[in-house]
Amino acid sequence: MIVELGHFALILALMVAVVQATLPMWGAHVGDRRLMALAGPAAGLQLLLIGGSFAALTWAFVVSDFSLAVVVSNSHTLKPMLYKVSGVWGNHEGSLLLWVLILAIYGAAVAAFGGGLPVRLKARVLAVQGLIGVAFMAFLLITSNPFWRLAMPPLDGEDLNPLLQDPGLAFHPPFLYLGYVGLSMAFSFAVAALIEGRVDAAWGRWVRPWTLAAWIFLTIGIALGSWWAYYELGWGGFWFWDPVENASFMPWLLAAALLHSSIVVEKRESLKAWTILLAIMAFGFSLIGTFIVRSGVITSVHAFANDPERGIFILMILGFFTGGALMLFAARAGAMEARGVFALVSRESALVANNILLSVAALVVFIGTIWPLVGQMLLGRDLSVGEPFFNAAFTPFMVALALILPPGAMLAWKRGSIGRSLRGLLPVLVLSVALGCLAFAMQTGQSALGPVGLALGAWVVFGALADLWARTGRGEISGRLARLTRLPRADWGKATAHLGLGVTIFAVAAMHSWKVEDIRVVRLGESFPLGAYEVRLDRVDEVQGPNYTSTMGRMTVTKGGALVAVLKPEKRIYPVAGMPTTEAAIDFGFTRDLYLVLGDRQKDGGWAVRSYIEPFANWLWGGALLMALGGGLSLSDRRYRVAAGARRVPVGVPAE
Amino acid sequence: MRWFGKGGACKHAPYVFALFLAVAPAWAVQPDEMLADPALEARARTISHDIRCPVCQGETIDDSNAPIARDLRIIIRERLVAGDSDAQVVDYIVARYGEGVLFNPPAKGVNLVLWLAGPALLLAGIAVAVTAGRRRKGTEVTLSAEEEARLREILKE
Repeated sequence: MIVELGHFALILALMVAVVQATLPMWGAHVGDRRLMALAGPAAGLQLLLIGGSFAALTWAFVVSDFSLAVVVSNSHTLKPMLYKVSGVWGNHEGSLLLWVLILAIYGAAVAAFGGGLPVRLKARVLAVQGLIGVAFMAFLLITSNPFWRLAMPPLDGEDLNPLLQDPGLAFHPPFLYLGYVGLSMAFSFAVAALIEGRVDAAWGRWVRPWTLAAWIFLTIGIALGSWWAYYELGWGGFWFWDPVENASFMPWLLAAALLHSSIVVEKRESLKAWTILLAIMAFGFSLIGTFIVRSGVITSVHAFANDPERGIFILMILGFFTGGALMLFAARAGAMEARGVFALVSRESALVANNILLSVAALVVFIGTIWPLVGQMLLGRDLSVGEPFFNAAFTPFMVALALILPPGAMLAWKRGSIGRSLRGLLPVLVLSVALGCLAFAMQTGQSALGPVGLALGAWVVFGALADLWARTGRGEISGRLARLTRLPRADWGKATAHLGLGVTIFAVAAMHSWKVEDIRVVRLGESFPLGAYEVRLDRVDEVQGPNYTSTMGRMTVTKGGALVAVLKPEKRIYPVAGMPTTEAAIDFGFTRDLYLVLGDRQKDGGWAVRSYIEPFANWLWGGALLMALGGGLSLSDRRYRVAAGARRVPVGVPAE
Repeated sequence: MRWFGKGGACKHAPYVFALFLAVAPAWAVQPDEMLADPALEARARTISHDIRCPVCQGETIDDSNAPIARDLRIIIRERLVAGDSDAQVVDYIVARYGEGVLFNPPAKGVNLVLWLAGPALLLAGIAVAVTAGRRRKGTEVTLSAEEEARLREILKE
C-alpha cells in the first residue's frame, strides 16, 4: 500500500511539474501575476510529493519488501541498516528518484528563499526547473520505474554489490547528485535570463550562490568517490580517468569556470554572454555525465544495445535542453551587452584566462572520453584512450592555471599591473622554487614530477596566503593582523579554496612520483623491508562477518625496531552476491599511508602480499576538503546570503 | 546492481561492476610472474600500464585479473627477456591484439585530432577572447563635446 502511494505521488508530482513548467511561463509572457504566482506553491507541492515517494521507496528497502523488483536486486535481509538505506540510491531506478528529489529540493529552495527575485524572473526560473522535472520524471516512470512489483516475490534479495557496501560510497552518489542537479539552477537562471533578454549584476549575485553550492557538493562527491577507490579497490589508485569518473569531473571543471565568471558579471557587469553559455554548458555536461553513466554507451557498447530505450531517452533530454538553450542563446546573446570594459592586464582578463583554461581542459577530457566512441562509430576502428593520454593532455592546462593563479588573483579590477602583483609575490616565488630544489636534491634519480609538483603547489598555497595578507592593506603588523580577522568571509573563502587547490596539486604529484610498491610471496612469520619500514606477516585467520566470511591477515610494521602499526588486511567473500572483495589495511599518516593487501595463498604455503607507501595521500583529500570549505566560507558571506535570500528587509533588521 | 553492473563487463573476471571505473579489486600482477631483474621488471610494469586488457573495458593489463591479462603480462616479460626493446614489445602485442589495446594512442593519423584538440581549442579560446576584448573597447562610451561641456558645467556648480 505504501509503495503504491509512493508510486501515485510520483505520478502526481509529474502532473504538478507540467503545471509548473507551463502556466507560470505563460503568465510571465502575458504579464499575469496570478499565473506567475503559481510557480512557488507548485514547486513546494512537488517537493512534498517526490519527498513522499522517496520515503515510500526507502521504507520498502528498510523493511525489505521483496515484492519490489529494485529491492530484490539490491538488498538482502542480512544487510546492515545503513546499506539498506543507501541501497535506495545504489541502483539505477532509485538513484534517478534521488535525482528528481534533489531537483525538487532546489526548486522549492528558490520558491522559499527567492523572495527578492523579480516576480517575472522567478516564475521563469521555476518554470524551467519544472520542465527539467517533467523530463526526468517521465524518464523515471516510463523507462526506470522503481515501484515495479513482482508477481512472485522471492524469499530474499540478491544483495547490494559488496564493494558498494561502504560508508564512503553510501554518501558519494547523493553528493554528486546535489552537485549535478545544483547546476540545473544556474541553467534555469541562464535560460530565464535569455528569455528575459537581460542580465545584470543582480542576476550574477543570484546565480553565484547556487553554482557555488553545486560546486561544493561536486567537490565533496568526487573526493568521496576517489577516497573510496583508494582504500577499497586494493591498490592505492585514486583516479583512473574512467569515462564515468570523467563524467563527474567535466561538470566540476565547468562549474569552477562558471563560479569565476559569474564574479565578473556581478562585480563588473562584463562577460555576460559567456557566463550564460557556461551555465548552459555546465548543466549540459551534467546531462552528458548522466547519459554516460546511465546508458553505458562508452564503458560498454553491449549495455547500450541491451538497453537502448534509456540511453536514447536521456540523449533526447540532453538534446532538448542543451540544444534548446543554445538556440535561445544564439538568438538572444547579442542583447547581453557588457557595461564594464577592462584592460588586457586586469582581474577580469585573469578570470577570462582561468575560464579558457578550465573549459578547454574540460573539453579535452570530453574528447578523450568520447574518442573510443568516435573511433568505433565514425572510423570503424578500435581505439582506446586512457590514463597516459589524459595525464599528458590535461596536466599542462592545470599547470598553466596554477602558474597564473596567484598573480591573477591579486590583480586589480579593470586595469592592473603585473609588476605590482608579482612584486608582492616575489618571496612566494623564491620560497616555492627553493622547496622544489630541496625536494629534487633529496630524492635520488627520480622524475622531476615530484619537485615540480611541490614547487607549483607551494606557489599556489603561499600565493593564496600572500593574497590574503595583501588584503589587510599597509601599516603595522598588529593592525594588519586585526584587519585580517575582519576581512569578509568571501576573502577567506577565496584564499582557503585556492590553498586547497595548491595542496591537491602537490599531493597528486607526490603520489604519482614517490609511491613505493612491493609485491612478493611471504611465509608466516617472515618479514620483508618496505622503504624504511619492516613488515612481518604474523598470522592468517578465517573470520566470520555479518554477511561475509573473511581471510584476515595480521601484519606488524616496525621502523628501526619500534612498532609502527599492527594491520589486518582482509579478503572477504560475500556468499549471497557470490563476490570476493579485498579489504586493504591502511595505517594513515600525515606524510604517508602504509597500505597492505593480502592476496591468495600460494602453492608453497606462503601468501601473496602487496604493500605500498603512499606519500601524502591524506593531503589529497585534505586539499579537496579545503576547497569545499573555502566554497562554504564564501557561501556564508553575509553579502551573498542577503543577496540570495534577497528579502528587501528594512535596514537594521537582520536578514533571514 | 543493474546500474553499477553495466559498464564493467569484463567477461572473464569473476564479477562485474563499474561505478566509475571498471577495476576489480585488483589482484593483478602476481609474484610468480615477476622477473628477478628489477630493471627488466620495471620496464615490464611501465609497458603493461599502457596496455588495455582486450576483454575488459577500461582496465589495464596491469590492473586486470582476467586470464588474458595475465598471459599478456607474461608475454611482455618473455619478450623483454628475449632482448626486445620496449617499442618492439608494444608492436608485438599490437600486431596480435590490434591498436585497441593501446591506452596511449600514438599521435599520428586520425589520432592527431585527439592530441591537437586541446592546443587548438586553447588558441581558439584566446583568439575569441582577444577579439571580444577589442570589440568591447570599441564600444566604450565616449562623451560628445556637448556632453562634456555640460559635465564641466555640472562639476563647476
